[in-house]
Amino acid sequence: MSVYTAPLRDMLFTMKEVGGLEAICAQPGHEETTPDLVEAILQEAAHYAAGVLDSLNRTGDVQGARWHDGEVTPADGFREAWSSFCENGWIGMPASTEWGGQGLPTLVSTAVLEMWKSSNLAFSLCQMLTLGAVEAIAHHGSEALKQRFLEPMVAGRWTGTMNLTEPQAGSDLAALRSRAVPEGDHYRISGNKIFITWGEHDMTENIVHLVLARLPDAPPGVKGISLFLCPKFLVNDDGSLGERNDLACTSIEHKLGIHGSPTASMTFGDNGGAIGYLVGEPHQGLACMFTMMNHARLNVGLEGVGVSERAYQHARAYALERVQGKPALAGSSTIAGHPDVRRMLMDMKARTEAMRALAYFCAGQMDRVAGHPDAQERAQAQALVGLLTPVVKGWCTDSAQGITSDGLQIHGGMGYIEETGAAQYFRDARITTIYEGTTGIQANDLIGRKLAREGGRTLKGLLTRIDSDARQLMDARDPELSSIGDALMRAVRALEDGADWQLAHSDAQPQDCAAGAVPFLRLAGTVIGGWLSARMAEAATAQLAADSSDAGFLRAKRITASHYATHILVEASALRDIVVHGAASTLALSDDQL
Amino acid sequence: MKILVSVKRVVDYNVKVRVKSDGSGVDIANVKMSMNPFDEIAVEEAVRLKEKGVVTEVIAVSCGVAQCQETLRTAMAIGADRGILVETNEELQPLAVAKLLKALIEKEQPGLVILGKQAIDDDCNQTGQMLAALADLPQATFASKVEIAGDKVNVTREVDGGLETLALNIPAVITTDLRLNEPRYVTLPNIMKAKKKQLDTFKPEELGVDVAPRIKTLKVSEPPKRGAGVKVPDAATLIDKLKNEAKVI
Repeated sequence: MSVYTAPLRDMLFTMKEVGGLEAICAQPGHEETTPDLVEAILQEAAHYAAGVLDSLNRTGDVQGARWHDGEVTPADGFREAWSSFCENGWIGMPASTEWGGQGLPTLVSTAVLEMWKSSNLAFSLCQMLTLGAVEAIAHHGSEALKQRFLEPMVAGRWTGTMNLTEPQAGSDLAALRSRAVPEGDHYRISGNKIFITWGEHDMTENIVHLVLARLPDAPPGVKGISLFLCPKFLVNDDGSLGERNDLACTSIEHKLGIHGSPTASMTFGDNGGAIGYLVGEPHQGLACMFTMMNHARLNVGLEGVGVSERAYQHARAYALERVQGKPALAGSSTIAGHPDVRRMLMDMKARTEAMRALAYFCAGQMDRVAGHPDAQERAQAQALVGLLTPVVKGWCTDSAQGITSDGLQIHGGMGYIEETGAAQYFRDARITTIYEGTTGIQANDLIGRKLAREGGRTLKGLLTRIDSDARQLMDARDPELSSIGDALMRAVRALEDGADWQLAHSDAQPQDCAAGAVPFLRLAGTVIGGWLSARMAEAATAQLAADSSDAGFLRAKRITASHYATHILVEASALRDIVVHGAASTLALSDDQL
Repeated sequence: MKILVSVKRVVDYNVKVRVKSDGSGVDIANVKMSMNPFDEIAVEEAVRLKEKGVVTEVIAVSCGVAQCQETLRTAMAIGADRGILVETNEELQPLAVAKLLKALIEKEQPGLVILGKQAIDDDCNQTGQMLAALADLPQATFASKVEIAGDKVNVTREVDGGLETLALNIPAVITTDLRLNEPRYVTLPNIMKAKKKQLDTFKPEELGVDVAPRIKTLKVSEPPKRGAGVKVPDAATLIDKLKNEAKVI
């Protein structure tokens, strides 16, 4: 079994060269976040992830969470880990200092969250949901709700959940049936919810459920959904816990992966209605929930990065140890010396580092939105975050499927056996393309709201930047950089063609556009990831010229970018062809011909 | 009562060290460095004594290059109240460090000095003993339990035959063994607070100490590679080989 080692060198390099760490640390409010402090935080988080969370990951998988008479017991060790996680201050790291968080830049907390996701995905979900609920309450909740709920949630004494899905309302929230009836200063909620992550557990004294439901006068469809806060235990005026609310966990699901994370079925209002408080305006629940959801989507994208990194480390450790056959590469005595095993390791590494770069780039833009002194810069950054959110979520999780599968493949037959641990990452990764909006939903968001609705303005702006960077690389005297530049130039043309086609057909042939939506999302991720990978190669080259003391790492960055350019970026032109020509066959068969 | 704790910046225990090609030492360029694990135990013990209320201040000291500041910040994140860096680019040997610490003892007048029993880079296991001799203080090395009782400190030591408990008059020098405690995970708020704690820097000459090395390193080399094993036909051959070839019996 390998032990998770946070890739601190790559994380810091990516934060600086792609995320814009120094500029963010110079923004008002982050003056104290100096690079040496960031490094100290990352080192300690890495220590905690390796020492506490990684060692619990397998227990979580094998033992899983257990349901008994409405109570859920997490796997052994999770309770203790949650309390140490909170005592050590990690739970509230990204949250505002106003509520007891550390108020660190999103870029810094993103790198730390990646470590939790790598070391124990199932465990990390409890924090993610809690922080998402904190975000939604902080943005949309009344002053009274904020005062009562935020501080204990940021401290991790109470956790949070997101109750959207109902049996008949999955991706389509318009079909939602849960009801809310006004009663004095609160509401009575009733209905059934499923797939509620960490919906019930005994790690904390209270759980704060955010629930979507309809008011009696609600218009049909998504415009009639409101958001309510329903605590498991009601909270008295002095903050102490009161009666048990009328809500219950009726079962937890048996799943393919993330066994350590209980996925609850919940019923609200079996005995007259659960007491709930309105968050935000009536019928504006979806908008409020999207505050939570955008946050969650980026985090799930980061899960794709985290689980890919872990699968890579596990496969690398195995490949450098397992002896089988005569390796073709001189100096190797293990299967890492077989060219095909190398190919898989390099693919995993190149993709994972590009995915990390995309996630950190987006996180850096979020910090610009939050604190850049110039309003125009803030607006531009906001547009980029909007455009990139479905790409981070959709592409990083989609890519994680192939990466974790390669991780298993490198183990050969041993990978198919659970004891080696490779299969867990493959199974755990599988949910990431599904929850918080499937890849299909992300792709529709990308081609609709993020591309067609604004006439492609933000994407075109980004393409101009990529184009100019590609030209600069092509002109470099360094042959390795210039061939990366060539590949990037061809790829950016492909993305431009795909975007132009989508824009030209969005009104007249929306079904054709939708048929090519996921290929277009893959195209966007592949090219933007390739751009960031090329930028990292350029930065590594400049650093090598200035000071060659870290040559091993910096040369590897260049070669990894070359690998991305020759093995992955070349997929762009094929994806463009699918976007442009693929709809006809996709849509031609009748239902009974399928 | 104050406690002085010394912390050394060493190559991280996870790093596989490589000998420089010219045999002059170990390559530490761009190698992950961290606090010597025995020193981490020393800081943890000092902080626990403070948390018990028997100690008022914990001062962490590091001697070496400017980057030792990071090691001191780690000590302060664990809970040391302030840090002192004795900054020099000179190669520091145990005797020099002992003299520097002695100078700081005179300055700070601590009730206890706690050191790691040895550093994982050179494995000298000398500084604590030398310091006790130079400063004329009682010493208890390889501590696995430390209890302060009035003006005495009771220290349980791990010795070959078992455990030995000594009572020392305070002030005293203690060096830590592995089983003294299990250092805590540093909390995020404490990492942030550590940045604001006081850190003073001195040069060895300001403390009146000559740190010039007394021992010259002639050569550093990798341990010999392990050769292939052989199968022996019987026990007699094995005994013969152990006696005459390996010369171990």
